[in-house]
Amino acid sequence: MTSTVGEPGVSALLGITSPGEGDLRRLHDRLVTAAEADGILDIGYTTIDSPVGPLLLAATAQGLVRVAYQIEDHDRVLALLASRISPRIMRAPRRLDAAAREIGEYFAGRRTEFDLPVDFSLSRGFRQQVQRQLPRIGFGNTRSYGQVAAMVGHPKAVRAVGTACATNPLPIVVPCHRVVRADGSAGGYAGGAEAKRALLALERAA
Amino acid sequence: MDVEAGPVTGTKQPFEAVVAEHGATVLRVCRAVLGPHPDAEDAWSETFLAALRAYPELPAGANIQAWLVTIAHRKAIDITRARQRQAIPVDEVPEAAGRPGAPAGPWRPGGVPHPGAGAAADGDVWAAVKALPDKQRQVVAYHYLAALPYKDIAALVGGSTDAARRAAADGIRNLRAAFAGAAEKGADR
Repeated sequence: MTSTVGEPGVSALLGITSPGEGDLRRLHDRLVTAAEADGILDIGYTTIDSPVGPLLLAATAQGLVRVAYQIEDHDRVLALLASRISPRIMRAPRRLDAAAREIGEYFAGRRTEFDLPVDFSLSRGFRQQVQRQLPRIGFGNTRSYGQVAAMVGHPKAVRAVGTACATNPLPIVVPCHRVVRADGSAGGYAGGAEAKRALLALERAA
Repeated sequence: MDVEAGPVTGTKQPFEAVVAEHGATVLRVCRAVLGPHPDAEDAWSETFLAALRAYPELPAGANIQAWLVTIAHRKAIDITRARQRQAIPVDEVPEAAGRPGAPAGPWRPGGVPHPGAGAAADGDVWAAVKALPDKQRQVVAYHYLAALPYKDIAALVGGSTDAARRAAADGIRNLRAAFAGAAEKGADR
């Protein structure tokens, strides 16, 4: 590019064309509205605060597709969604209104199960089969990995159940935190062991 | 397929990042080409909506800003044509009549400068931008605001690379003169 440092003509042009305060935010919202109307926003997302830290919520037209903890790195999660599903991703909080509300109610102790459309397209096969069954473990209860393996009809697939829980794309909403070690200790969790213990404590206290 | 495993390679960034990175530049280009008018925001919206639609098919590693400016150029032309199809209000006829032989440019007569501090000086600069021939205005906007190479600009607006370079030099000289005038006026206040 031609050097423009100190070029008064360019400075003048930059001065008069500068976006005003709020212009780009308003245009962004307008773009999201138009993209939703045209059905070309493949994934909308937002971030919400929670007692276990900021959560990324992402949804396709089909439903909630990803809930991610901050330690998973939200930018990395969005990049993965772009590569696995579609790069047509924008911040679109309205699409997540119902999910944000229900998760808020859950943490406030006013909700024991989620009633949200979900999209399991990030997981396949046995893992998805396990994840779909996890909501059968009710609020406040826990099961061991072995018990879940038996629950899904593959009693020997304990390790595979562990992997299914570890790769759950919808933590909290799909309650993989209710699957614990046979000795009762919490076990691993994508959101960190502390988050898992916090969710279990919240459900015991409610 | 693991949710967590595997490197992110050969992929595109989420479109949100494209808007965050290039939104301001594309708005500047739209304003420079179409004037301080709601049409510029319409052009911005049309540009990013078309870009979002086509984004999955954009080759990896493409120059995204150049791609956006190309779309913005076409959207600005569409808006200009739509504008020209509209009936010209009576009170704007004298100005059009006062510029005999002037090409039907993208500027809506009587564009309103941004209000607020420095509006008078800004108005002078806008008047100078408006007075530029269409091609000079486009070339200046695409090169100086969006860093588009002259070769790419020539492909957009027609003519040779050298002609684009000359148009940019002429255009920026005209704006420099206007800027000097505006600065003087600002200092007088």
